[in-house]
Amino acid sequence: MIDMKMPRFQIRNLSLARNGRAILHNVNLSIAPGEIVCLLGPSGSGKSSLLRCLNRLTEPPPQTIFLDGDDIISLDVLTLRRRVGMVFQSPALFPGSVADNIAYSPRLAGQALTSAHIADLLALADLPPVYAARPAAELSGGEAQRVSLARALANRPQSLLLDEPTGALDPASRRHIWETIAKLRRELGLTVLWVTHYMEEVREVADRVYLLLDGRIADEGPPDHLLRPDSKHITAVFAAGELE
Amino acid sequence: MFNTLPLDSLPRVLTALALVALAAIISRWQTLDLEKQILTASVRAFIQLIAIGYALNFIFDADNPAAILLILAVMTGIAGYTAGKRGRGAPHAGRVALAAISFGAALTLGLLVSLGIFNFTAQQIIPIAGMVIGNSMNVCSLVMGRVRDEVNGRSPQIEAALALGATGRQAAHPYLRTALHSGMTPIVDSAKTVGLIQLPGAMTGMILAGASPLEAVQLQIIVMYMLIGAAAFTGLATIWLTFRQFFTANHQLGIEG
Repeated sequence: MIDMKMPRFQIRNLSLARNGRAILHNVNLSIAPGEIVCLLGPSGSGKSSLLRCLNRLTEPPPQTIFLDGDDIISLDVLTLRRRVGMVFQSPALFPGSVADNIAYSPRLAGQALTSAHIADLLALADLPPVYAARPAAELSGGEAQRVSLARALANRPQSLLLDEPTGALDPASRRHIWETIAKLRRELGLTVLWVTHYMEEVREVADRVYLLLDGRIADEGPPDHLLRPDSKHITAVFAAGELE
Repeated sequence: MFNTLPLDSLPRVLTALALVALAAIISRWQTLDLEKQILTASVRAFIQLIAIGYALNFIFDADNPAAILLILAVMTGIAGYTAGKRGRGAPHAGRVALAAISFGAALTLGLLVSLGIFNFTAQQIIPIAGMVIGNSMNVCSLVMGRVRDEVNGRSPQIEAALALGATGRQAAHPYLRTALHSGMTPIVDSAKTVGLIQLPGAMTGMILAGASPLEAVQLQIIVMYMLIGAAAFTGLATIWLTFRQFFTANHQLGIEG
């Protein structure tokens, strides 16, 4: 039973530096279960660094990030990554077939996926079962990104971190991914933190938006509030391209 | 007791200098501007080899196990330093190379001696160790460089695997296999063609020294097998030690801080 009052992710006073350069300053953020939150900001503002802390691809300081109330540093890192899936801008598929890619993480855990399981996972990513046998190297950008989504879903994660997954896609493929993620939230109750720089994407998918500027949270709220035509919010200024 | 240079073969050595003189003449005639380098290299080779000849003579006469081990340690140290320099860009390349070459050479030489194939005498162990350590050095630098290139070039796939819950070893495994393959290929290929294209050094030396070709091939077969073993041991140790340097204990790519 999900405690709806307990945030899925709670970030408290997260600061991060690399090679002596500060990347994140005192970031506070919370995401409720089943919520889709978009993270906006100019290049180099720390969006991807923040995202990578949530599944510990980058190590955050202790007592700064909590998943369902637990400090993620206290969790087994491999279990954490199975609970919190990630899709990158580049699909980075492995050599082999689509089925090989989707079965990758269950195989690491000693489970063999049946073709029915693979078909189910493909269906979640809106791909027909016939794709299972296709060589991963021969897919289009949009198809490859869907396979990387199905590959992440094979772990049955509660949450997804999306690092500009539509950044390299054409508009039709991009819209298709939005619909798929919205469907996954409806059907699986997935919590999603989504880094993007497409305002149309934000308006379409986000329940709430955080704006990161120079590693600091500069604004927060629902997109229809932050981005309405008469908005005085800095997010609207950013959306108008005046902060880049 | 020092042996002196056997002067009866010196005229042959000096006559061979005629080849160097011819090479220098060709260089001058074709304006290659290499004659100074050819002459310097020839003098250096003469002095270095005479010096090593005296040193080996001294060590062979002494036949002291501690002295043999000291020589092996110096050879391994130089090989580790050289391979570490070639593998620059891989984290802690020097330390990794020294450890991997020490492991590969010690295991190979240990097996050769304990199985009774060679005796632990200076005359047998030092030339054999030279071949084993030199070969291990080449394998180590090839494998280390390849692991570095694979991990850097495949970082999106490796991070994708880590994000799916793979350990560092699992995420890097397909690319490590490629690296080990590239390190082993030269010695395996040379074993395939040995004797067909050129006679290898150890065999040539024995035949020139008056041994029968059948005696010489026996030694050469042992040498080939030994080098294949040394390549595998060193290659595996290099992979094992190198890829770990790219991952943190929490299975993150890149050593931070």
